[in-house]
Amino acid sequence: MEYKNVLTTCPFCGTGCGFFLQVLDGKIVGVLPDKKHPVSQGSLCVKGWNAHGFIYHEDRLKSPLIRRNGKLVEASWDEAIELVATRLGEIKAKHGPDSIALLASAKATNEENYLFQKFGRAVIGTNNIDHCARL
Amino acid sequence: MTNSFPDLEEAQVILITGSNTTEQHPIIATRLIKLQDKGAKIIVIDPRYTQIAQIADIYLRQKPGTDLAWFNGLMHVILRDNLANQDFIKERTEGFEELKAKVADYTPERVEEITGIPAEKLVEVAHLYAKAERSAIFYCMGITQHTTGVQHVWQCANLAMLTGHIGRPGTGVNPLRGQNNVQGACDMGGLPNVFPAYQPVTKDDAREKFQQAWGVEKLPAEVGMTIMEMMHGLENGKVKAMWVMGENPSLSDPDINHVNKALQAAEFLIVQDVFLSETAQLAHVVLPAASYAEKDGTFSNTERRVQRVRKAIEPLYGSKSDMEIICLVARKMGARGFDFETPQQVMAEINQLTPSYGGITYERLEELGALIWPCPNGEHPGTPFLHKDKFARGLGLFHAIDHQPPAEEPDEEYPFILTTGRIMFHYHTGTMTRRIEKLDREVPTCVIEINPADASRIGLNGKNKVRLQSRRGELIAEAKTTERVDPGVVFMPFHFVEAAANILTNPALDPVAKIPEYKVCAVRVELAE
Repeated sequence: MEYKNVLTTCPFCGTGCGFFLQVLDGKIVGVLPDKKHPVSQGSLCVKGWNAHGFIYHEDRLKSPLIRRNGKLVEASWDEAIELVATRLGEIKAKHGPDSIALLASAKATNEENYLFQKFGRAVIGTNNIDHCARL
Repeated sequence: MTNSFPDLEEAQVILITGSNTTEQHPIIATRLIKLQDKGAKIIVIDPRYTQIAQIADIYLRQKPGTDLAWFNGLMHVILRDNLANQDFIKERTEGFEELKAKVADYTPERVEEITGIPAEKLVEVAHLYAKAERSAIFYCMGITQHTTGVQHVWQCANLAMLTGHIGRPGTGVNPLRGQNNVQGACDMGGLPNVFPAYQPVTKDDAREKFQQAWGVEKLPAEVGMTIMEMMHGLENGKVKAMWVMGENPSLSDPDINHVNKALQAAEFLIVQDVFLSETAQLAHVVLPAASYAEKDGTFSNTERRVQRVRKAIEPLYGSKSDMEIICLVARKMGARGFDFETPQQVMAEINQLTPSYGGITYERLEELGALIWPCPNGEHPGTPFLHKDKFARGLGLFHAIDHQPPAEEPDEEYPFILTTGRIMFHYHTGTMTRRIEKLDREVPTCVIEINPADASRIGLNGKNKVRLQSRRGELIAEAKTTERVDPGVVFMPFHFVEAAANILTNPALDPVAKIPEYKVCAVRVELAE
């Protein structure tokens, strides 16, 4: 039996509470608050205590999906990435960079948001980048 | 937030407005209540009599959409009773005379007429906030989600500057951010007008800096579209393709009947998410993303505190991290500068280009646990509170602002004010929390709040379903009677697709921040059966 606690930051509101994900034999089994955390000081709210509860949900997407004849059907990563890159390239060439818009994410990490806006600005060539900061 | 939790322990008076703190930021509420136990006073100004309002030492209930007036009323009393901090005003601010002239008209009696707040209570709050040595303002979306949202924030700043309650521990203007990394998404340039660290895309030197760093010839100099403008763009054909990374506008945006039409009009819609969200169901390509537990990175919280996210397990079910997906697409398109293997390497690039994050490295985060930006270099300890000796622009600018009504007011046809928000057990569009059994069990569906007087007027006796209609659409939801809302006001959470509040909401925007007026729209409420 292998057990570890992985210190991380809660994915819900902007408070930024710290907790440990409890990992038993490679599977997340629970959440433990971090007593020494400068923000949460060993407390968590009901959402934080249950922050592991959706990770293994049966509704998790299990494959990229591509719409074919009006329906979303399973596809490989290679196909999906190829399609995204090709279509974005075509639309940019035909209608200009500002015909493409990107929604970054208040849920994603700093590094991912940085890369996403870099992609929009440097690769597509548009400033049409926003996220749900106002919602 | 201008300040951070450790220094806010020194606050003597805490003014909370437009924040349902115990439900939306429970751990922050816990900290504030602990301060109250030690003698601090809590003032709550909110249209809903929430739990934090019940705990407060003083509670004021304003009519939704009348906030500009009570701010002016507080400042009127502070000036009338000589409670302003004249030294602070003289040394640190400008525009004071205009403000003074403006608030002169806002007597407590006039403010009572506009807001419904009793004049003597307003005076009591003005004295309590101004006389304390250290008072801190906390606000949330109840203040910002209005067509006058920016002006509300200016009013918070006006009040803090008028009394000198800023730039010191235990003071300040402290917005509570709703999403785990909304601060970071803004800091990283996930906005149409700025590069990382709010460097304007319209400034030549900023563009030159990023052109050089990213090895591109020319970056676009025009400000891009905000979400709502993108939606209009999809409808009128200016926008052909959209890539959505981990957001769900199909449920979170105002007037979603309109938003969904716009998303359906897209020639090519890419959605990257953990689940098949309402938005993903409309996509042409859906890319399965790894959850927070399956990746490394950093989040920046409401205090500007940058903290680590750590991978506990490998990505599940063949999903990939958002970082890997972006890099794969970029490389497939032939782009350079997307050869990252770890988020730590990305952070090293962020350090170079983002002055406020200059010294926030993984090594230091490992050692110190967290750093609060601005943190410009590897020796800098971070900045727990802002505006110590001067404001970013030099002198703090007062804004003189008149009361303005919301974009849509109740009338004979739509006689109720609808105000929307969240509940304790769910989060945003419920993509995650509605799939957590213990949270779903607590609150499995949407319940609106209506005052008992209104409930009996519409004949809501024992029957529990009501039909809500606005100019945008209609829905049916369960209702419960409660004194938490005034007569004439109904409250509704927006988490639930089966009764999606944003079918009803008004897409009218603040002209500067482009934030929609979720907190006030006009609706009709009738029995559904």
